[in-house]
Amino acid sequence: MEELFLSRNFKIENGHTLPVYESGGGYQRLKKALNMDSATIIDEVKKSNLRGRGGAGFPTGVKWGFMPKESELPKYLTVNADEGEPGTFKDRYIMELDPHLLIEGCIITAWTLGLRYGYIYVRGELQFAIRRLEAAIKEAYAKGYLGQKIQGKDFDFDLYVHPSGGAYICGEETGMIEGLEGKPGQPRMKPPFPAVVGAFNAPTLVNNVETIAAIPWIIERGGEWWASMGIEKNGGPKLYGLSGHIKKPGVYEAPSGVSVRELLEDYGGGMLDGSDLKGYIPGGSSCRVMLPDTLDALMGFESMREAGSSLGTGCITFMDHTTCMVRIAGRLAHFYHHESCGQCTPCREGSGWATKVLDQIENGNGRMEDLDLLLDICDNIEGNTICALGDSISIPVRSYVELFTQEFEDHIRRKGCPFPAWSLRSSASTRAEAVAGAE
Amino acid sequence: MALAFSEESEAKFNELVSRYPNTRAALLPALFLAQEEFGWISVEVMDYLAERLELPPSQVLTTATFYTMYNKQPVGKCHVQVCTTLSCAFRGGYELLERFEDRLGIKRGESTPDGNWTLTEVECLASCGSAPMFQLTDSKGNMEYFEDLDSEEKFETVVKELESRLPNLPDPRDMH
Ligand SMILES: Cc1cc2nc3c(=O)[nH]c(=O)nc-3n(C[C@H](O)[C@H](O)[C@H](O)COP(=O)(O)O)c2cc1C
Ligand code: SF4
Ligand code: FES
Repeated sequence: MEELFLSRNFKIENGHTLPVYESGGGYQRLKKALNMDSATIIDEVKKSNLRGRGGAGFPTGVKWGFMPKESELPKYLTVNADEGEPGTFKDRYIMELDPHLLIEGCIITAWTLGLRYGYIYVRGELQFAIRRLEAAIKEAYAKGYLGQKIQGKDFDFDLYVHPSGGAYICGEETGMIEGLEGKPGQPRMKPPFPAVVGAFNAPTLVNNVETIAAIPWIIERGGEWWASMGIEKNGGPKLYGLSGHIKKPGVYEAPSGVSVRELLEDYGGGMLDGSDLKGYIPGGSSCRVMLPDTLDALMGFESMREAGSSLGTGCITFMDHTTCMVRIAGRLAHFYHHESCGQCTPCREGSGWATKVLDQIENGNGRMEDLDLLLDICDNIEGNTICALGDSISIPVRSYVELFTQEFEDHIRRKGCPFPAWSLRSSASTRAEAVAGAE
Repeated sequence: MALAFSEESEAKFNELVSRYPNTRAALLPALFLAQEEFGWISVEVMDYLAERLELPPSQVLTTATFYTMYNKQPVGKCHVQVCTTLSCAFRGGYELLERFEDRLGIKRGESTPDGNWTLTEVECLASCGSAPMFQLTDSKGNMEYFEDLDSEEKFETVVKELESRLPNLPDPRDMH
């Protein structure tokens, strides 16, 4: 892609500071938005086909339309920066390298929807991002972009950073709101949705970092322009984090609807030498795993669903032929078990049970009945929990069992794992051993 | 000895509280501030925060114990947290963890008796493209990512760098 938008400042010296941001047109979009009315802006966002970048892909303009116009309590903006879905690492780059893009997006969003206070809910481990954001917010206050009577308008908006305490579940929007309120991050029953009863009982908008970072660009060049960089229903450029057994892991900007193959080959440099692609996870570990024959699938919400998985966060993990899929499923079940908030029995118990069964198969103590048992555990979790973390266990586990049945059965038959301990060791010699071991 | 924030922390504390419509919402950032000042989150520290935020102690307790970043036991001056989730595991995350175990003479989940190091295995830190990696949290509350540690040499350089910081770090066990 020639011109960059979401990652424009990533490689520019001091791109995170206000003067550099402004010299590239920064905060001009805010000034433009302040002369537009709410309905016009929401309309542009609808036209842009911007979809939520937090994983669920809800159309942003539609979500904005749900926010009540009138409210007795002040309305809130909460930006979801709890980035924790395994394999996902994109929001962190925006916050660290171009914090003003996010801040300008927050202010325009607040203006559009009449939001009085904003909190950027950042996972506590990202201290560098927190520092960068706080410094940038200070700069923005000093210039009158935040605070009272912003740019002389009848518009007050205060923006703060809220550090989380280390809990993956706070990425779920109502878990996040609990964390913002100082409580354990246990998700709430929905409805009511945050737009009606959110933070501090007030109407609250929840959007992902990358979603909000798109807003200044949509204001600058229009919704149709944003939509044109994409495919049907999926507009605009997006950040793709590529990791795993590839030559050039990293974060890349490309249009919506780019194919997985293009991302792997043109951006990620292809698989490592000696590595053959065995499977990939398209958008964070809660997505179904995919087989190499789907490489031409386009990175859009509908197209990925048709191809058998979901777009999720758009950060892809590539796995080569030395990867043990039983171990992957077990490692992921362990992750979700560890992160379950414990409120719902199917999630809390099911995740622990699935982890045990998968470890048992991996360690050579599996039985053929275990495959049905695993699918049964998944059935019992699906749809029976307060939040979607439950499905984040059952959806991937089911996919590994279904797509790699043979490999599970081999483990059970030969009473052990035919793959090397982990599929890539960092030094060249052990790497060669790992590859040899898999053959 | 009754606990009290230093003058500097007191100012930060008041600023934090002013950010929210009620005092309870300041709890997560206040716990970080207290951990920085008092080294770890003991029951005494929780009680102090409860008093300062005018909250029932049980509310502070349930929150402090829900989140993993608040140390309910003292940890070493350097708390090394190695990610072993998929993308890191693929590029040597477990090997990095083992290198630390060998080098520090402890297993994951343990601390060295001299109070210098604690080693933990953690889940994805949103650094999957620069794996293998670990996060360091020091006893002054500073956090730092060390990334792309895919060789013995890089590992050695980082460990030496951290060793040189140890004399300037307080032992969390002595911080309150
Ligand atoms: C278990 C779980 C974890 C989540 N983690 C995150 C996260 O770290 N960041 C994020 O933006 N959304 C996350 N989400 C999605 C949010 O609930 C929510 O849909 C999103 O923040 C809405 O913003 P968007 O419409 O801009 O995508 C998570 C959802 C679940 C169920
Ligand atoms: S599904 Fe799991 S994480 Fe979500 S509320 Fe229930 S127990 Fe908590
Ligand atoms: S898997 Fe280690 S940082 Fe994401």
